[in-house]
Amino acid sequence: MIKNKLDLEKYIKNIKETKKSPKTQIVVSLGTCGRAAGGMAVYEKLQELIEAENISDITIKKTGCMGLCHSEPTVEVISSDSKKRIIYGNIKPDNVKTILTVREAGASTLTAVPKEWYYPETEDNTDNSPQARIVLKNSGNIDPASLDEYFMNDGYIALAKAITDMTPQNVIDEVKDATLRGRGGGGFITGVKWGLAAKEKNTEKFVICNADEGDPGAFMDRAVLEGDPFAVLESMTIAGYAIGADTGIIYIRAEYPLAIATLIDAIKKAKEKGFLGNNILSTNFSFNIELKYGAGAFVCGEETSLIKSIEGERGEPTNKPPYPAVEGLWSKPTIVNNVETYANVAPIIRKGADWFKKIGTKGSPGTKVFALAGKINKVGLAEVPMGTTLRDIIFKIGDGIPNNKEFKAVQTGGPSGGCIKSDKLDLGIDYDTLKEIGSMMGSGGMIILDEDDCMVSIAKFFLGFTLDESCGKCTPCRIGNKRLHEMLTKICEGTATPLTLKKLKNLSEVIKITSLCGLGQSSPNPVLSTMDQFEDEYLAHVNDKTCPAGACKGLLTYNINNKCIGCTLCAKKCPVNCISGEKKEKHTINQDECIKCGVCYDVCNFGAINKK
Amino acid sequence: MENKNRCALGSENILDKSPEKKEQLTKYLEILDIFKEEKRRKGKLIQALHKAQELYGFLPESVQLFIATSFKIHLSEVYGVISFYSYFTDKPVGKFKINVCTGTACHVKGADKILKKFSDTLNLKEGETSKDLRFSLGGLRCVGACSLAPVVLVNERVYGNVTEAMIPQIIKECE
Repeated sequence: MIKNKLDLEKYIKNIKETKKSPKTQIVVSLGTCGRAAGGMAVYEKLQELIEAENISDITIKKTGCMGLCHSEPTVEVISSDSKKRIIYGNIKPDNVKTILTVREAGASTLTAVPKEWYYPETEDNTDNSPQARIVLKNSGNIDPASLDEYFMNDGYIALAKAITDMTPQNVIDEVKDATLRGRGGGGFITGVKWGLAAKEKNTEKFVICNADEGDPGAFMDRAVLEGDPFAVLESMTIAGYAIGADTGIIYIRAEYPLAIATLIDAIKKAKEKGFLGNNILSTNFSFNIELKYGAGAFVCGEETSLIKSIEGERGEPTNKPPYPAVEGLWSKPTIVNNVETYANVAPIIRKGADWFKKIGTKGSPGTKVFALAGKINKVGLAEVPMGTTLRDIIFKIGDGIPNNKEFKAVQTGGPSGGCIKSDKLDLGIDYDTLKEIGSMMGSGGMIILDEDDCMVSIAKFFLGFTLDESCGKCTPCRIGNKRLHEMLTKICEGTATPLTLKKLKNLSEVIKITSLCGLGQSSPNPVLSTMDQFEDEYLAHVNDKTCPAGACKGLLTYNINNKCIGCTLCAKKCPVNCISGEKKEKHTINQDECIKCGVCYDVCNFGAINKK
Repeated sequence: MENKNRCALGSENILDKSPEKKEQLTKYLEILDIFKEEKRRKGKLIQALHKAQELYGFLPESVQLFIATSFKIHLSEVYGVISFYSYFTDKPVGKFKINVCTGTACHVKGADKILKKFSDTLNLKEGETSKDLRFSLGGLRCVGACSLAPVVLVNERVYGNVTEAMIPQIIKECE
């Protein structure tokens, strides 16, 4: 049990002095994705060999996500003598023996992850690397199950500072001054939200952490929860102190079992040391955190729906105002922030708003974590200062597009966002610039699309998602999106007329302004932004009945070219027997009977089928 | 509210079929402290449903009724919650739950083809369960393993970079 700020400082000093670092430390990334890629087998092999060969100067450690999804499973080797650190990627249990022999020296059979991708020590080193880590500083670096390791990385210094040296109002002012904007998507200024809740005179208030990360293709919150759980707990406790709440609730997806287990363990350990519970650091301030599980409803990422869900109801949104800060959970003042937002709070309190404002842009200080996925060479998590250009993120960090394909667009903001074309690649992105070009920050998912992706069908994909996830409470969202989806289907099938495009745009705008909550208000964004940026593609579908990307099945024609040697394989596989020709002679496809299933294209070994 | 004698006609009473599960569920409800009169009792409903589904694999009407009675709310309120959240199901599910991730990253890498191939091979539509209760086929929104896209989950096991050619093997591994 740690009694006060002085006690904490002494404790940290003590562990720093007494904890001897081993000659070599081997760290294995074991977030959900690391485990899925086979990280656990690597860890067990390490354990086994170290024990069998009785190696005493190596210790092994589990850590969370390093963000290097493209190279999972990853293993980092740190030497305490030379201070050298190296990360090996795509490690199999067979490589373990080599690692134990060569350690940080590297070997021809091991692939090291390029240093540009990973700067573990660069919280301040924003000048020479495209990445800057505030939120992900500890993730992939410390053992998430060890409170001591969190202490050694300045853990709980911020909370001790807040409740010892600052008044609640000071804390709010600092966060407000830092202009920390909500990282969940909307970008509302966190300090203002806290100020509203603090002003309410109510004996009971709530601090909620929104960990219902539902945006497909976004997984940064999971990385933080699995890799640095104490950071979230500490920041929520600071928030509790600031607004005068004694209960915190983390609303987490049931689909994140590892994050749930990590949090339960972290809460227990924080309680044991006196950082949760009654009279924290011997003050009058008490705070507890409990977990509530989601049950697979995307709309529950919206704060009023989330609150309904915690109350055990259907997660349907309610009208705002009243805002949750005034009337939230059980009608009490409640603040809802997402995981990444909280992860910024402790560093802001520790280092001050002025430090934070030096990073990023004026309107959006700080960093943002992006999850790069889709048609990109290096899938993973990248944390960059706000204002970094898309070109830096996609081509410098993400290493460009695989298979020599052409970059077409990047989709940001998930189902509520939009697509950005190549002419905007040099735009520095933050909340405001993204909004200006018809997209949004969202939670930070970035799906990279190449020349083979049809923008109409991407818009249709997102509408399909919204349809599934619409709660059905308000008409524009429930019925309007259904109609949008139908129109997009018509366009993709080649049965639409120019009038369809006009209707599509009109209805999109109506849904945007008349829906009840954020989900409906933003659901037409993928349609509007693709119509705006890729109008020619829509026109090609409607007027010429072709799909320029060759993705819409209904608009394709398959033809056999001169490469055909007459092997008859396609004719044998064709489910409707519409391919004819003599053996060893060029075959032809009967277009009237072809159902465009693409089997011939898939089975041909000679590249003799054209798809257009 | 009185829920007794309202059990649906013709539906099997799965609750009474396994008394040990019923006991476990009752114990869990006691730990949740739901039998105490309290205004905020309903806040524990979703937790209770999670537990019940963990025990029974799905939420048949008899179990819903039992929970409704315990929470002193109407059956329709429980059903309303179950039908809202995609995690809950009131139909039995297969021993092997095959879920194809249809998140954006998997979509652009061809998840729809994978889903179709499973559908054709197992002769099941998305959301269906085979009659012998061996397989359930479903889509799933993003598991966050986007580097492995397209991703297929069989129960807890993750298959990454799935191609149509891998599908017979994946099904075989379920045996």
